[in-house]
Amino acid sequence: MSVAKPLPHDAAHLHVTGAARYVDDIPTPANCLHLAFGLSEIAFGTITDMNLDDVRSAPGVVTVITADDMPFENDVSPSNHDEPLLTSGEVNYVGQPIFCVVATSHKAARKAARKSRITYDEKQAILSIEDALAADSRFEEGPRVYKKGDAASAIGSATHVIEGAIDIGGQEHFYLEGQAALAQPQENGDMVVMSSTQHPTEIQHKVAEALGVPMHAVRVETRRMGGGFGGKESQGNHLAVACALAARATGRTCKMRYDRDDDMVITGKRHDFRITYRAGFDDTGRIKGVEFVQYARCGWSQDLSIPVADRAMLHADNAYDLPAARIESHRLKTNTQSATAFRGFGGPQGMVGIERVMDHAAHVLDMDPVAIRQCNYYADAEDGGLSAPRKPAASPPEDILDPKKGEDLASRGAATEVRQKPGDSGAEGQTTPYGMAVTDFILGRMTGTLLKTSGYAARRDEIAAWNAENPVIRRGIAFSPVKFGISFTLTHLNQAGALVHVYQDGSIHLNHGGTEMGQGLFQKVAQVAAARFGVGLEAVRITATDTGKVPNTSATAASSGSDLNGMAVKAACDTIRDRMAAHLAERHQADPATVRFADGRVHVGEESYSFAEAAEYAYVGRVSLSATGYYRTPDLSWDRIRGAGRPFFYFAYGAAVTEVAVDTLTGENRILRADILHDAGASLNPALDIGQIEGGYVQGAGWLTTEELVWDDSGRLRTHAPSTYKIPACSDRPDVFNVALWEGENPAETIYRSKAVGEPPFMLGISAFLALSDAVAGCGTQYPALNAPATAEEVWRAIGRARGQVRS
Amino acid sequence: MTLSISLSVNGESLNVPLEDTRTTLLDLLREHIGLTGTKKGCDRGQCGACTVLLDGKRINACLTLAASVDGTDVTTIEGLAQGDTLHPVQAAFIEHDGFQCGYCTTGQIMSAVGLLSEGDAGADPERIREGMSGNICRCAAYPGITAAVLDAERRQSESEGTSV
Ligand code: FES
Ligand code: FES
Repeated sequence: MSVAKPLPHDAAHLHVTGAARYVDDIPTPANCLHLAFGLSEIAFGTITDMNLDDVRSAPGVVTVITADDMPFENDVSPSNHDEPLLTSGEVNYVGQPIFCVVATSHKAARKAARKSRITYDEKQAILSIEDALAADSRFEEGPRVYKKGDAASAIGSATHVIEGAIDIGGQEHFYLEGQAALAQPQENGDMVVMSSTQHPTEIQHKVAEALGVPMHAVRVETRRMGGGFGGKESQGNHLAVACALAARATGRTCKMRYDRDDDMVITGKRHDFRITYRAGFDDTGRIKGVEFVQYARCGWSQDLSIPVADRAMLHADNAYDLPAARIESHRLKTNTQSATAFRGFGGPQGMVGIERVMDHAAHVLDMDPVAIRQCNYYADAEDGGLSAPRKPAASPPEDILDPKKGEDLASRGAATEVRQKPGDSGAEGQTTPYGMAVTDFILGRMTGTLLKTSGYAARRDEIAAWNAENPVIRRGIAFSPVKFGISFTLTHLNQAGALVHVYQDGSIHLNHGGTEMGQGLFQKVAQVAAARFGVGLEAVRITATDTGKVPNTSATAASSGSDLNGMAVKAACDTIRDRMAAHLAERHQADPATVRFADGRVHVGEESYSFAEAAEYAYVGRVSLSATGYYRTPDLSWDRIRGAGRPFFYFAYGAAVTEVAVDTLTGENRILRADILHDAGASLNPALDIGQIEGGYVQGAGWLTTEELVWDDSGRLRTHAPSTYKIPACSDRPDVFNVALWEGENPAETIYRSKAVGEPPFMLGISAFLALSDAVAGCGTQYPALNAPATAEEVWRAIGRARGQVRS
Repeated sequence: MTLSISLSVNGESLNVPLEDTRTTLLDLLREHIGLTGTKKGCDRGQCGACTVLLDGKRINACLTLAASVDGTDVTTIEGLAQGDTLHPVQAAFIEHDGFQCGYCTTGQIMSAVGLLSEGDAGADPERIREGMSGNICRCAAYPGITAAVLDAERRQSESEGTSV
C-alpha cells in the first residue's frame, strides 16, 4: 500500500533543479503583452477627472483599459458584486485599480501606469474600528449574535469576573510567488487562462462574466502556486480577468504579475480584530459564562468577510466547554484593502479571544495557566474518539437550498443560507456555543502527553528560578491547545470531483479539483490512487488542475483539499478497479470480490497479471478504463443566521508548549523552544504533515509577534515590502523544535481515517504569544494585557503596564 | 545605443545585447536567456529567491545590474547538477524535505552552496540559520532547510577529509 508513507513531494526533483514551472515561468510568444494597474492615491472619494493621455502615449503602450471598455460585467467580487475590477466613480482605498495598461513589457506597463493625471473629490475616509463604529459602516444589517444559555446572568452570579480587550493585527500573506495570470486567446472567442489560484472555478466564472461568454468558453489551468495561504482564493480574480479582457481586445497572449509592492498595496490581508470580553469564574477556575464582542475590520468590499467573521465566532470556544456564552460579531467596512481569506479563516482570531480570557483568569486567580485550561476542557471521547455513530443531519441541506439568481455559488462568499427549523440541531451531551455536539475530543489525553514530553512542570519551576535571579532577561513559558472545525461552513461547497484514466500500458492519469500550493496535496492524492490500484507511485501521473477536466470545483481551502479530493479520487479509482475486477473474474469464473490489486499485480484465483496486462485485457475486452469520482461530505447542516447546527464534519486537534526570552529593557524577544503534539488522524504522509505543522506554527507565531501592518492617517499602507514587514526568517525559528504526531485515527469516515492539516497548526503559534505574555506578566503585578502583534515595542509597553506605568 | 556584455552562464560563454542598460541580472537570466529557475520574489533584495553565484559568491541577482557582470562567471540552479547527478545540496534538500511550495527553493539551494564554500558556518546549526537568514521561506520549511544544509556540509567535509 502506498498510503501512510513519508514520501517527498511529487515535484521534489523539479523544485531542486529549478525546472518546476510557475505562471511567470511559462514560455510565452514573443509578442506577449504585459499588464499593470494604475492605482488610486486616495482612500475615499470620487474621481472627477481622469486624464490618461500621457499613459497612452508612453513608450511600449498598446492600449489602456478603463471601466468604460468593459461591455459586460465589471466585477471581481467573490460574493456581493461590490468589487469592480476597475473603478470609474467612487474610490475606496489607496491602491484600488482604476485603469489597466497593456504594454510590450512589464516595465513599460508599470512606468506608463504612473503617468496618469487623476483628480478626485476627496472625502473623509473611514479607517479604524472606531471610525467605522461611529459611522455605522458595516456589512450585514447589524451585528451577528450566537448564544448559548444566559451568559450575562451566569457572569453576574460568578465569584470572579474579569473584563478586558485585545487588539489583534492583520497579516500579509507574502506568498513568495506574487499573484500572476496569463491569458491566451483561442479560436471562436474562447479563452485559456493560466492562473496562480486556489480557486480555478472562480477564475473561470469571473472571466466568463467579464467576457460575456458561458463558462464552457473559458478554461482555467493551475499547475502549482508558490504559496497561497488563502491569499489566492479570491485575490487572483483581478489579474485573470484583466488578462482575459486584454487578450480579447488585442488578440495576443497577455500576462500580468504584480510587482511585490503593488501586491502588498492592492490585495487583501488577514482581518485585524478587536475583541472585548467579560467572563465569570468560580474559585477552581471553572468558567461560568463568557461574553465576547468581536470587531472585524473587513476593508472596503465584502469579499469573504462574512464567512471569515462567522468562523471567528465558531472558534470563540476553542477547546473549552462554556456553560453560557454570548458572541457578538461586527463586520466593519473601512477604506482599506478588502481583508480576505488567510490560513485559519477567522478561526485564529476567535481562538486568541478565549485564550486571552484563560490567560487573564489564571493571572487573577493565581493559577497555573495549564490547570485552568484543563479544568475547562470538553470531556475526552472515551475510546480515543471512536465515538458512537452520530445522528444523521436533521434534514438534508439539499432540500432547502435556495440559490439566488446569478449568485457566485462556487465561492465561500455566497450568501445562500440553509434555513433550519428551530430546535432540530439534534445534539446531545456537551455542545459548542452553536449547538454542535463535541464527540471526538482528545485534548485531555494529548495535553497529558505533551506536558510530559515537553517537561513542562520542571521547566516552569526552572524558569521561575531563573527569573528570580535575572531581572533583565526574563523567560516565559506557555501552553495552548487547538480545536479546529473541518468543513466549509457554506455546506454546499463540501463536494469534490476527480477524473481518472488508466491507459492500456497500465499507466494512470489523475486529475482532481484541488490545487497544489506546497501543501503536498498532489502527493497525497497520488498515494491514494496508487494504493487503490496496488501499484507504485511512479505509475501515477497527476496533471495540472483544469476546469476542462473536473468542473464546478470548490476552492482548495478550509484545509479540505485532501479530505474532499482524496475521497473523490478513491471513488473514481474504485469504479475502474471494479470494472477490471469484474472482467477478469468473468474470464476466470471467479467471484469479482476476490480479485486483489497489490504489489503492481492483479490476482484472480491462482492466476496473477501485471497491472499493465490487466489494463490491456480490459481494453481489448472493451471495458471502459476512464471514470469520474465524486464525493460530498455527509452529515452537515448549518444555519449561520441562528448560529445552530453541525457546520463541521469533525475537529482537528493540536497542542503546543513554547518558551521565550524577553529583554525587559528593550522588549526584544525570541522563541527558545517549541514542543508540539498534533493530531493528523491516521496521517496519509507524516513527512508532509510534519512540514505543515512546523510551517503553520512559525507562520502563526510570526502573525502574533513580528508581522505588523501599519497604515498612516491617510489610509496608506506603510509596510509594503519585506524591509518594513518582518516575516520569520531561518534564524527566527525556535532553537529547539520538537514536533510529534498524535497516534490515532479520525473517528469520522475520512480518506484512510486521516485528518486535515493545512490550517489547524497555524493556531499552535498562539502559545508563543502567551509565553511572551507570561514573561511580561512576571515584570510586575498588574495584568499586562499584551496586544498582538507583540513586537518589541508592544512588549516594552506591556512591561510598563505590568508595572503600572504608562508608556507610549 | 545597445550595450552588449560577455559572460559565462553555467559554463557556457554568452554574448548578450542589452537594450536597456538598467536591466538586472535577474531579468537577463529569466527574460533574455530563458533560465527561469532563478525566481523573483520581491525584486528589491529582500527575499533571496533570486540568489545565484557570481564568480562563486552568492548574490541577489535582482540587485545586480547586468551591465556590471561583464566578464564574470555566473552559476544558476540550472548549472548545479552534473548531468543527472544532483549536487549534494540539491540531494539533501530532497532528502530532508527542505521545501513546500518550492518557490524559494532554488534561491535557498544557491545560497546554501555559497554559504558552504564561504566555510565559516561549519556544522553549527545556529550559524547556518544565521547564514541562511537572507532567504525567506514563507512556507517556513526552515527545519528541513537547516537539516539539509547541515547534512550537505557534513557530506562535503567528509569527502574533503578523505580526498586530502
Ligand atoms: S527577488 Fe531578489 S531578493 Fe527578492
Ligand atoms: S517552500 Fe514556499 S516559500 Fe519556501
